[in-house]
Amino acid sequence: MLELQNIHWSLPGGEEIVRGVDLRIEPGRLTVITGPNGGGKTSLAKLIAGLENPTEGRILMDGEDITGLDITERARRGIAYAFQQPVRFKGLTVRNLLDLAAGQQLEEHQACALLGKVGLCAKEYLDRPVDASLSGGESKRIEIATVLARTNARVLVFDEPEAGIDLWSFNSLIEAFQELKRERSGALLVISHQERILEIADRIAVVAEGRVRVSGPGVQILPTLLHEEKSALCPLGMDRKEV
Amino acid sequence: MESTTEKLLGLISDWTGGYAGAFSIRENGSCAARRSTPHIQIEDKPDAPGLVVRVSPQAQDETVYIPACVTHGGVDDLVYNDFYIGDGARVTIVAGCGVHNDEEEEARHNGIHRFFVGKGAYVLYKEKHLAGGKGKGLRRIDPVTDAVLAEGATLEMDTLQLGGVDRTTRKTNATLAAGARLVIHESLLTEADQTATTEFSVDMNGEDSVVDLVSRSVAKGDSRQSYHSCIRGNCRCTGHSECDAILVDNGTVSAAPELYAGHIDASLIHEAAIGKIAGEQIIKLRTLGLTEEEAEAKIIEGFLKG
Ligand SMILES: Nc1ncnc2c1ncn2[C@@H]1O[C@H](COP(=O)(O)OP(=O)(O)O)[C@@H](O)[C@H]1O
Ligand SMILES: [Mg+2]
Repeated sequence: MLELQNIHWSLPGGEEIVRGVDLRIEPGRLTVITGPNGGGKTSLAKLIAGLENPTEGRILMDGEDITGLDITERARRGIAYAFQQPVRFKGLTVRNLLDLAAGQQLEEHQACALLGKVGLCAKEYLDRPVDASLSGGESKRIEIATVLARTNARVLVFDEPEAGIDLWSFNSLIEAFQELKRERSGALLVISHQERILEIADRIAVVAEGRVRVSGPGVQILPTLLHEEKSALCPLGMDRKEV
Repeated sequence: MESTTEKLLGLISDWTGGYAGAFSIRENGSCAARRSTPHIQIEDKPDAPGLVVRVSPQAQDETVYIPACVTHGGVDDLVYNDFYIGDGARVTIVAGCGVHNDEEEEARHNGIHRFFVGKGAYVLYKEKHLAGGKGKGLRRIDPVTDAVLAEGATLEMDTLQLGGVDRTTRKTNATLAAGARLVIHESLLTEADQTATTEFSVDMNGEDSVVDLVSRSVAKGDSRQSYHSCIRGNCRCTGHSECDAILVDNGTVSAAPELYAGHIDASLIHEAAIGKIAGEQIIKLRTLGLTEEEAEAKIIEGFLKG
């Protein structure tokens, strides 16, 4: 289990972006963080993966304080993070990246299976460089596949996995999340505005202005969110137009 | 053949105790072994040290190996190799160079290659350079390549220099007739106080000729690289050059791409980028469990291969 305790994070200039977040992300469950753009969701994901360090508070993994561990150490303990903005590499191929993620040289059929889960027709992609020649949606899906490749991951964080993804791939993505929930004991954290992802959430936390505004079981939180949306208050920045 | 030579051959060419096809192995300035085949004749050059390699039009998807090794200091090997590629032939030329130096004096290989690529012929030229050894003597490799491409000919050059070479000056000149195509992929790594100078000079003289020049380099340590390319489009033609360099430590790179369009329908593009490894690339690989050093090594390895 991953536990955030009173996490604060400020920019070097002093502006506080994350303002005291408490959150428990439990194994075998899908936790979805939603909320308006600029609310601090990606900042939280970066704090979990160690890309940023909190100015105050602690992060515990199975009771152990991991706040002081760096990115590599956290990855080796099983924290996996699919970036909101995928990184491009001149020269590394999709296959290279999947091998690095898996920590071993994957058989072709294993690599293909991973790409299949994110809706990419595998063979065409394996030897393509992960560079600007890929479209936004393609690189996003490969980014997600690098996290699916982490078989030893115990905390899997996906930052807006739906962005730039077509309907068909989106369906296989939902399937992949459900499979992760079923077959892996890992804790699943997905940052999303997508109603269909919220629908399969065990828990939902709404993050706005650097705080958890409300959190609870998905079945309780989702109806209120949808109601607010329909009343045209749009307080949560949910975007149902994309899919 | 010395055991050092065999080791170098394994690293610079596809040597596995022998070669399939025609070959000529040069060791410390003389010929260690040679074989011609019905379609590929290799002879001594009559007027200078070196080879004359004649590939007949009948050669289709054949390979010729012409590696050169210098195994100790105090050797200054200068060699002139001429390649005559028959019209319509298809051939791969594997031309690595390995220098090993455990001594105080300089060890140098200087290969001057001339290619005369016949009409419609296709040549893939693969060249791997590397050097090693414990001696203080400098390891130098200074290749000069002159290529003349006839109508519809294609020359693809894949050149790779991955470390150990203290000084290198690489000069490549080419002229292209109508419909000819020149594709060069250069990968270069320098470290410590090594220096590398690259010069490309290409004249597109025939209609619809095409040049594509891609250079990828990494300058580590205190090494210095300088790159100068000049592509001249003298008719309706297409030229593209791309120079990408990664800096590590105190490495420096100077890149001076030059394009000359001497015709209204010459279309020439140059792209260049020099900088350190993007921080986000290292971070992404670290989130997969690599250390910073491992991430850097993988990024550089991929960059030079790609
Ligand atoms: N490195 C940074 N430098 C400056 N501003 C930042 C930085 N990281 C985050 N922010 C700001 O913090 C706020 C929260 O960002 P983010 O966590 O990306 O929100 P979300 O993912 O919810 O859209 C935004 O206003 C953003 O501009
Ligand atoms: Mg975000």
